[in-house]
Amino acid sequence: MLTDTIKLKYFQGKQYIPDIQNAPMRQQFRGFPILKSGCQIDESICPAGALKANPLSIDLGKCTLCGECACEAINFSNYYKLSSTDREHLIVTENMTPDEFEKAAIKSRKEIRRVFSKSLKLRQVSAAGCNGCEMELNACSNCNFDMGRFGIDFVASPRHADGLVITGPISENMAYALEDCYKSTPNPKIVILAGACAISGGVFQTSSKLNREFLEKYPIDLYIPGCPIHPLTFINGVLDFITKK
Amino acid sequence: MNWIITENNKKINALDIPTVSIDEIKSDVEKMKMRVIGFFGKQEFENVRLYVVMADDKIGKIYVTSSIFPPSVKSYESFTQTIPAFHIFEREFYEEFGIKPLNHPWLKPVRINQDKYPFFEMKGEDIHEVAVGPIHAGVIEPGHFRFMCQGEKVYDLEIMLGYQHRGAEEIFLKNPKYNNRLAESVCGDSVIGYNMAYSQLMELLSDTTISNKAQIIRRIALEMERIAIHIGDMGAIAGDMAYLMGASIFGITRTLVINTMLEISGSRFGRGLINVGGVNFDIDEKMSDKITAMLDDVAKTVDRTTKIMLKTPSCISRMERTGVVSMETAKALGAVGMAARSSGVDIDTRFDFNDKWYTSLDVVKPFKATGDVHSRFKLRYKEIKQSMQIVKKLLAKLKDYKEEPIKTTPNGVISPNSFAISMTEGWRGEIVHIAITGANSELLRYKMKDPSFNNWYMLAMAVRNNGVSDFPLCNKSFNLSYCGNDL
Repeated sequence: MLTDTIKLKYFQGKQYIPDIQNAPMRQQFRGFPILKSGCQIDESICPAGALKANPLSIDLGKCTLCGECACEAINFSNYYKLSSTDREHLIVTENMTPDEFEKAAIKSRKEIRRVFSKSLKLRQVSAAGCNGCEMELNACSNCNFDMGRFGIDFVASPRHADGLVITGPISENMAYALEDCYKSTPNPKIVILAGACAISGGVFQTSSKLNREFLEKYPIDLYIPGCPIHPLTFINGVLDFITKK
Repeated sequence: MNWIITENNKKINALDIPTVSIDEIKSDVEKMKMRVIGFFGKQEFENVRLYVVMADDKIGKIYVTSSIFPPSVKSYESFTQTIPAFHIFEREFYEEFGIKPLNHPWLKPVRINQDKYPFFEMKGEDIHEVAVGPIHAGVIEPGHFRFMCQGEKVYDLEIMLGYQHRGAEEIFLKNPKYNNRLAESVCGDSVIGYNMAYSQLMELLSDTTISNKAQIIRRIALEMERIAIHIGDMGAIAGDMAYLMGASIFGITRTLVINTMLEISGSRFGRGLINVGGVNFDIDEKMSDKITAMLDDVAKTVDRTTKIMLKTPSCISRMERTGVVSMETAKALGAVGMAARSSGVDIDTRFDFNDKWYTSLDVVKPFKATGDVHSRFKLRYKEIKQSMQIVKKLLAKLKDYKEEPIKTTPNGVISPNSFAISMTEGWRGEIVHIAITGANSELLRYKMKDPSFNNWYMLAMAVRNNGVSDFPLCNKSFNLSYCGNDL
């Protein structure tokens, strides 16, 4: 039996992604939208209200990357580094290239680099998340993506954490628990919003059952768009945030 | 008996639904010996109309009737007293409309007022309580569990949910447009299941006929979702018994399936694949070969790992006779889907409700019934194998419809005064969507029922008389949805 186990392990080989920061992404992935002028666009086709026609722009904080609006002028590239430290910067405008976006996306902060660059323990709070982002966050720690190699991990208690990762549009019923969790995390701490729902409410924006006061009360350090977020988007976003010089 | 008989994926005239007294419905339901799939209210001016929908799995028929509560009537004799399966439905109805089921044994909040939740309390010298949540140790959704224990032994588990309540049903009513993206986000691990049920319902209401090709592609995606999630859950079960090799290998094997989904639809969970009117992405021959090759590859790894796991004594001893739910209990609670099947209840809406794509396929229903974690683990394995067969057969069928378009433009107008029902067997079990339209074609009520809605109580029964440390294992073997329950 032991030989079977060893054989099984042997046949699996090595499946980790060696270079996460330059990992190739499949062509079909819908990521960073590249916008050009010269096409009549109906704003109302966007189910999340992310699309603005005049001037043309897409708010990645709202966009579910569903591809409903794809046309000659709107092209979803497979570029997956979408994170930003600035909410305003998530709005993609005409003729913006992924490189331009990335350059200004994450502002480096000396104190973050000094404290967290070697080790960052995060507590995840699902505040009415649909389990899409949660599954992808779990996938970050699997053998393919292996986020732990960079010292980034999810821990069981906010007392052990350096920051929170919030997913979901934050329902009324979760508002208290979320704030409690934030207060239980020792300083210095960071807050990361993961997924369109957390950043803007996503497709649940119009719901009357949300309570998003938390986001006005406390500073947010990093926005990671996607619906759900791709593990590569998450890992690269966090990694850039804690190591960028 | 005054019921209107219909089928899955059919619409009827809402005005044809009989209105009878609640006592008559109660006595009918007791005689019928069927399964409840819908029990919900709708405001009609100052009255509340209660719809009761029952399913007969043996002949694949659905029975609908309704009853009116004028504002003066604020209570009725609860159905739960005689049929426990109604317990959660009646709680939900009470919460939404304030009409009280009298003598309900467990009338507690479902989605709101958690601060007033009356917990069951056990008293005694050696009794202690363990409270967990709403935020859990792992990266999962929120919910509160309270164990009543003596030492290590759990006497009862009380599950309080509702933290995820986002009012999804209301948002469907607010937005008159087709809203597939919202349907996908109601329960993010059953993307295809929910979106398929929603799209089928909207197609019914708008009299849109979609191509055979689109129907097949939807079912391929549904089965791939089942394969992916089952593999992931087998890994999670392995992880919870500290068999880390199983956890790692199932984890990376799942990646192969969802990455193929990414190649088909541009999203790892198949978001953006299905729209009302068809599908957005085609599966051509090249992709078809890719899927087949991937499935063969995955099958090899899953077979190997499962076999070794089921030979390892430390795994077997954790799984066998842990979290047992007997067939009688499962039936009484109205359990559905994979969890019910692993307790020996033979229901599967794919085969019971005459879906022509499944009934023509000639695949055997997987069946293994001891009701413990071991049984649920093995059933997942068998369903993976079955789904692989189904996908391959559907891929072969897809070739016959090569020339067909993948989408048709849906009618913008939905038909007035209709009552439509659509059931899809997602990986957890039946996802039921019901829509009622008014005289001006407006959506008046959108009702969703996740399989977890029936099955949460099953988990509470499963952990009774088990060690508290076996809870994670029991929980993962069901892997129920929080947001599907809370909506």
